[in-house]
Amino acid sequence: MQNIIEVERLRKSFGRTVALDGLDLAVRSGEVHGFLGPNGAGKSTALRVLLGLLRADGGRATLLGGDPWRDAVALHRRLAYVPGDVTLWPSLSGGETIDLLGRLRGGLAPGRRDELLERFELDPKKKGRAYSKGNRQKVALIAAFASDTELLLLDEPTSGLDPLMEEVFRECVAEERDRGRSVLLSSHILAEVEALCDRVTIIRRGKTAESGTLAELRHLTRTSVEAELAAAPASGSLEGALAALPGLTGLDVRNLHVRCEVDTDHLGTLISTLSSCGIKTLSSRPPTLEELFLRHYEDDAASVPAGAAR
Amino acid sequence: MSAAAADALAGVPDLTKLITRRERIRLPIWCYAILASVGGTAYSFKTLYSTPGSREQFADGIGRDPALAVLYGKPFDLTTIGGLTTWRMGVFGAVLLAIMSIVTVNRHTRAEEEAGRFELVGAGAVGRHAPLIAVLRVVLGTQLALGVIVGLVLIVLGQPAAGSFLLGLSIAAGGWFFAAVAAITVQLTDFGRSAAGLAFTVLGAAYLVRALGDGSGANGPTWLSPLGWAEQTQPYAGDRWWVLALLVLATAALIAVAFRIAARRDLGSGVFPARPGPAGGARLLRSVSALSWRMQRGGLFGWAVGMLIGGAVLGSIADSIGELLGSSARVQQLFERMGGQSGIENAYLAAAMNILGLIVACYAIQTTARLRTEETGGRLEPLLATATGRVRWAASHLAYPLLGSALLLVLAGAGAGLTHGARSGDLGTQLAQLVGAGLIQVTAVWVVVGLTVAAFGIAPRATAYVGWIAVGICILLQELGPTLKLSHWITDISPFAQVPRAPGVAVAAEPLLVMTAIGVALLVLGLAGFRRRDVG
Repeated sequence: MQNIIEVERLRKSFGRTVALDGLDLAVRSGEVHGFLGPNGAGKSTALRVLLGLLRADGGRATLLGGDPWRDAVALHRRLAYVPGDVTLWPSLSGGETIDLLGRLRGGLAPGRRDELLERFELDPKKKGRAYSKGNRQKVALIAAFASDTELLLLDEPTSGLDPLMEEVFRECVAEERDRGRSVLLSSHILAEVEALCDRVTIIRRGKTAESGTLAELRHLTRTSVEAELAAAPASGSLEGALAALPGLTGLDVRNLHVRCEVDTDHLGTLISTLSSCGIKTLSSRPPTLEELFLRHYEDDAASVPAGAAR
Repeated sequence: MSAAAADALAGVPDLTKLITRRERIRLPIWCYAILASVGGTAYSFKTLYSTPGSREQFADGIGRDPALAVLYGKPFDLTTIGGLTTWRMGVFGAVLLAIMSIVTVNRHTRAEEEAGRFELVGAGAVGRHAPLIAVLRVVLGTQLALGVIVGLVLIVLGQPAAGSFLLGLSIAAGGWFFAAVAAITVQLTDFGRSAAGLAFTVLGAAYLVRALGDGSGANGPTWLSPLGWAEQTQPYAGDRWWVLALLVLATAALIAVAFRIAARRDLGSGVFPARPGPAGGARLLRSVSALSWRMQRGGLFGWAVGMLIGGAVLGSIADSIGELLGSSARVQQLFERMGGQSGIENAYLAAAMNILGLIVACYAIQTTARLRTEETGGRLEPLLATATGRVRWAASHLAYPLLGSALLLVLAGAGAGLTHGARSGDLGTQLAQLVGAGLIQVTAVWVVVGLTVAAFGIAPRATAYVGWIAVGICILLQELGPTLKLSHWITDISPFAQVPRAPGVAVAAEPLLVMTAIGVALLVLGLAGFRRRDVG
């Protein structure tokens, strides 16, 4: 499979503020790729470099096989973009804006446009300034989904949408994937990313913190394990035996009740130690994306001195 | 104070501070420009025409130029420094303050509502009309202080105290009146741009009505215009304080009307309701050019009507202009020197065309600065994310300052040609001559547009500042250069000083070509910069 977006060691500063500090990102053709990070991590800057709106200071970015800065216009015929904060032309109606944006990309499928208007329950006759935030977002989403493009760049596209509309959005993204289109979905809504994305890149302070499929990412981290045992080990205390195991954290032993987190690589060793004592009940749970994310975020918060965070 | 009244005023002090903070650069620039023009004018008159004899000579010369009376206001007493300053700066200063009022009131009321920021403020413990009260406080207060300071400066320059304060306050009252006008127009439409447009239309009409009155010698029209009132206070020449009182009363009445209207409308909407639009884009709405047309057509149409009327009014006065001269022997000499009746008419029309060129330059800067407001407003980003190139997008907007300005100048020339031609019985010649005289001003407009685009490409944050300061300098040099006997080295900085003084002279192609070349070079520079820089 070939990469539709390739970013290597991308750097971009605004004055003394470093927004991107060696970002790596690879989006494969036909996948929905989640782009996760807290506010101010550099997600929007990265997307805007990919759109040729910003000129990178260093590193390499390739989009649909072209240079996002040099080939901007040609590349933009093949992609659709939804910004996180949509501003509309105050004197244009929503319907006019959808048609205009679609035509500027090279055409809309009219049937699809009307179908999407209905699914998103948008009144296309209102003027731009009369729409609420969620409805402005819908205008940009409909214009993007109704365009016949290979790639969708979505920058926190569901901000302001109600849960019902978020569900419609998820269906639409799934349909796009089924049509063979690629999607780069920047978000900090983890449930959304978890539900939609094949692969994920987590960005932290302008750098790639982790990248891979959700399964791979989980593999790199710890699994929570909770067990009730039949008996203590023959020699020594239960606690001592477990504490000696590699890759174990958060150990909590009460009588024969064990709770801990273990590096996924060492899960097997833990289970065999536990089973030597006779397992009565056992539950193990892979980490949620939220836990993955929080782990990076907490590291981040801990390593940034107070006041340096923006 | 009753509880209700206290509630209505809640938040005013904080909003006043906020507005003062946000205007801490702009308002001082305005004040400084006005203070420097009035003070500088008075000081120059004092050094240039220090003896009564030299002043009399001046009064019989430039002071009797009827074109100046039409365009800048009627002189009442040109034998004193104060009287000279009043004639030169009274109406002009009031117009400057009126612009300051309209822009500032609009920015802190309707534009705030439109941007959605007022919602944030209005949700606090803030009275419904607090923003309007606060901005009027800031604007009226600043202008009052400015008026007093202008008076003090004139007193320091040795002028009588009563006349000095009256002149300062007359200029300030011109600003007050239009602050009140703007307070009403921001209630009417739900769109900042049209609210400001409406207020500027009132200002333009006030200027033309006054010009008509001062140019025709009939006093009636002058009294219909608030700018006429500011002139009719006659500082240093009778000191008619009651006319100032009239202006203050009218201001108070208009402000009361503004609050009455404000009390009846919803936050965020105007008195004229917004209508729904079409459900889909018309077939023509398929390019950025079509989009720019949608955004700019209203403004262009309004300006077109305004320029046609403005040209027509200024043209209609031309053939009676010689009559204002009077009949002393010295005047007769001057009359001959200016080339007789047709010479005077042509000199007047050339000056009028120059002024119209400067006014169109304001349209040009307004539309050029749109490049930047579209960008900062976040509306450029989604367009550039489509298959639209940067230069193509910029060109779709620049058509208005570049070609729209040419159209406006043709219309202004046509208006003047029609009325002047009809009255002088030589329609064909006058129409052709004046359309040409109007059109050649566009080369100077292109220079300031080029400068603004260069700023947009290279230092985008400075776009509007560069444009407006450039036009401001051109206006000041044009207004004050001749009477202050400024060196040509200085006045020639203004491209408008380079435009041939048509009609009545053979139009040399060279300055027009040079200015076009400069304009194009700056434009190319700006667009090249825009292609290379970050957007957003």
